[in-house]
Amino acid sequence: MRQAVKLRFAAPIAVFALLFGFLAYRLFLVQQGFTPDLIPSVLINKQAPQFALSPLFANEPGFRTTDLKGKVTVVNFFASWCVPCREEHNYLSKIAKVPGIEVVGIAYKDRPQDASMWLAELGDPYKTVAVDPEGKTGIDFGVYGVPESYLIDKRGIIRFKQTGPLTPDVIDQRLIPLANRLNRS
Amino acid sequence: MIAEIGLFALILALFVAAVQSSVPLIGAARGDSAWMSVDRPAALALFGLVGLSFGALMWLHVTSDFSVLNVVENSAVSKPMLYKVAGVWGNHEGSMMLWTFILVLYGLAVSLFGRALPPGLRARALAVQGMIAFAFILFILLTSNPFTRVNPAPPDGNGLNPVLQDPGLSFHPPFLYLGYVGFSMAFSFAIAALIEGRVDAAWARWVRPWTLVAWCALTLGVAMGMWWSYYTLGWGGYWAWDPVENASLMPWLAGTALLHSAIVAEKRDTLKSWTIFLAIITFSLSLLGTFLVRSGILTSVHSFANDPRRGLFILILLATFTGGSLTLYAVRAPALKGGTIFSPISREGGLLINNILLSTAAGTVLLGTLYPLFADALGLGKVSVGPPYYNLVIAPLAIALFLVMAIGSLMSWKRGNLKGALRKLRAAAAAAAVTFILTLVIAGLSARSLWASLGLGLAVWLLAGTLVEWAGRVGLFQRPLAETLRKALRVPRSAYGMTISHLGLAIVLIGIIGSTAWRTEYLDVMRPGDTASIAGYEVKFIRVDDGVQGPNYVATRGLFTVAKDDRLVAELHPERRTFTAPEQTLSNVAIHSSVGGDIYAVLSDPSEGGYIVRIYHNPVVPWLFLGAILMVLGGGVSLTDRRHRIGAPLRGLGVSLRPRPVATPGAAVPAE
Repeated sequence: MRQAVKLRFAAPIAVFALLFGFLAYRLFLVQQGFTPDLIPSVLINKQAPQFALSPLFANEPGFRTTDLKGKVTVVNFFASWCVPCREEHNYLSKIAKVPGIEVVGIAYKDRPQDASMWLAELGDPYKTVAVDPEGKTGIDFGVYGVPESYLIDKRGIIRFKQTGPLTPDVIDQRLIPLANRLNRS
Repeated sequence: MIAEIGLFALILALFVAAVQSSVPLIGAARGDSAWMSVDRPAALALFGLVGLSFGALMWLHVTSDFSVLNVVENSAVSKPMLYKVAGVWGNHEGSMMLWTFILVLYGLAVSLFGRALPPGLRARALAVQGMIAFAFILFILLTSNPFTRVNPAPPDGNGLNPVLQDPGLSFHPPFLYLGYVGFSMAFSFAIAALIEGRVDAAWARWVRPWTLVAWCALTLGVAMGMWWSYYTLGWGGYWAWDPVENASLMPWLAGTALLHSAIVAEKRDTLKSWTIFLAIITFSLSLLGTFLVRSGILTSVHSFANDPRRGLFILILLATFTGGSLTLYAVRAPALKGGTIFSPISREGGLLINNILLSTAAGTVLLGTLYPLFADALGLGKVSVGPPYYNLVIAPLAIALFLVMAIGSLMSWKRGNLKGALRKLRAAAAAAAVTFILTLVIAGLSARSLWASLGLGLAVWLLAGTLVEWAGRVGLFQRPLAETLRKALRVPRSAYGMTISHLGLAIVLIGIIGSTAWRTEYLDVMRPGDTASIAGYEVKFIRVDDGVQGPNYVATRGLFTVAKDDRLVAELHPERRTFTAPEQTLSNVAIHSSVGGDIYAVLSDPSEGGYIVRIYHNPVVPWLFLGAILMVLGGGVSLTDRRHRIGAPLRGLGVSLRPRPVATPGAAVPAE
């Protein structure tokens, strides 16, 4: 009985020790360059998963796996409820301006009217916008959380993944140079 | 020169903090009063030095000294004066300076008002405050020096992010930090009590008002943050369950629990080790929030420039303070004299339920914030935790909390009368039921309106229940009016504080429910002359004026008229501002507020010969902010209570505590 009482008081420190260990481990990963923005995907250098998504805007064609062939595509998962997506949004138009890159948006677990409202507010940088209301295609891609972006080459192979918002550094130093290289090959 | 003075003062402060954290502690352990009495002068000196350093940084910002890196990165000549001042804490380095400055401000408060505290307790508590100050000053000096020079000095700086150039946001961080750091007071005294191995009512009596001060400031800070998010980000909402928002909500929830458990500790001399535990947790959650925001392990819109090195430092800091204090708790808390066992059907029982619910809510938010990280590390797959999770798990806790709040405040100490309380609440229950049914009838039956009606019913339940409690206290309608008035004047201010704060919370709930359930949106390309109909209002786009000159931006200003039933209600001027430094375009929302709700207009990009215009009708949003202000006001009223006045009951000619009546078992305790 006495022992049980004492254990009760020691429980918080035990829980905290676990939490601390976990946070330290995550921080260690961040220091190793494994930031939440750069979670490596098992799909890197593999064929993009099969999908066929309906369009957000009624007059557009939709988006399916075969659309990836023959061009370098940036697939950007976003959602109107996602706050970091706002931060990223301005930079997408910059990528869209680079010749030879198509930026496709996928509204992830989002109501279509919310997504279109959001694009109307912040501007629509996408060539095509598709919807993934259940997040099924997102799961196939291994979406960890929105925003998330994939660079896919002309043969439909995923070459680069960004978890979290794309930042100017990532765009200028990694995404665009890699896309240009893929375009030349 | 000024920058060097600032840095030098900060280095000196580090040494003073080292003295403050060791000498009084050793003195208290040895019973050496000379060593113990170093505490107050040390706290005074620490305040002077950190104040000097902080003042120097502010001076550099105000005078736009571009030979200092921090100023270059965050300021510009063209920036208006208010934001030159507020820009001091609009960046990582400066915000840590503000954090430390507020910390030593609280230390100064102990030094000034705590003259009559038991010297041992005060010496130990100030030593703990000194340790926290030491750690944070060291953190600033090693990883975040705001006084770094740059050579050659550029002619102008990069400017402050325009989103942050807002009067509401200028004062949001100081209040938020007054809250976060204010909980260090309860923390330091909790550690001091654990070292002493004694928690008495005098302890709770000191901790309670300071917790209340911190709570008021945090409530105001969070409300200001929501208000800022509402009217500057232009998405029509105010809360997105972003990790950084959660970081401020967790200490708020734990702090609210602490506030209530401190009442039990003071009045009934029980729940003491729990109160100590909450004091540790509340401050730890403040530190954890700091870590999450600045370490880069989570992504968030509010993140400061992330730097893993800083993250490591804060993690070590967290381990030292939280780990250290919880270890101390594990060792010393069992030895604390337990309080009396009490009946669950009593005011303290109600407060205990409040504590359980609030701490569960804080834990839930913590889990949600960290869950994507846990899930990823454990290979459970990819999860994104968004509003659906929080709405689902917080709702039942909130429902239970609101139900208990009205009942609990009607209970007397020690042994409450549940039946009697419920009988008194019949009117409140009826009002709640009527609200529920009326709302359903008006709004029509749907899942959304069902939830909304339930929420409004709960709000009315709490509103009415709180009024019933007050009416019972003053004998409204039961005794002659004159006697009621006389009684109303004699009700303690702390009781009024509770009434006002609880009413405020009910009103906040109405605001939240109304604005989430019945928000309407309009979105279209509008050309001058077009009219939009939304929620019974006619919003007419009159014209746009280009090239409207602001202090550091050029704006396109729209003119809209809002009419209801052919009567002009308001003119709205939403703007699109293009800032010069840094170059960025931002929508400036125009809002027309009334009791019923806000008409909220945003002018977006030009398109097809017109502009993309978004108009929201956000019902009862002002209630949310009004309610929050009432909550803070209630806290303020409670603070003016004669017996809560900080230090007042402790002051006096004698060195020792004035004897106070402590509720003894069996004695009648007035319900309060």
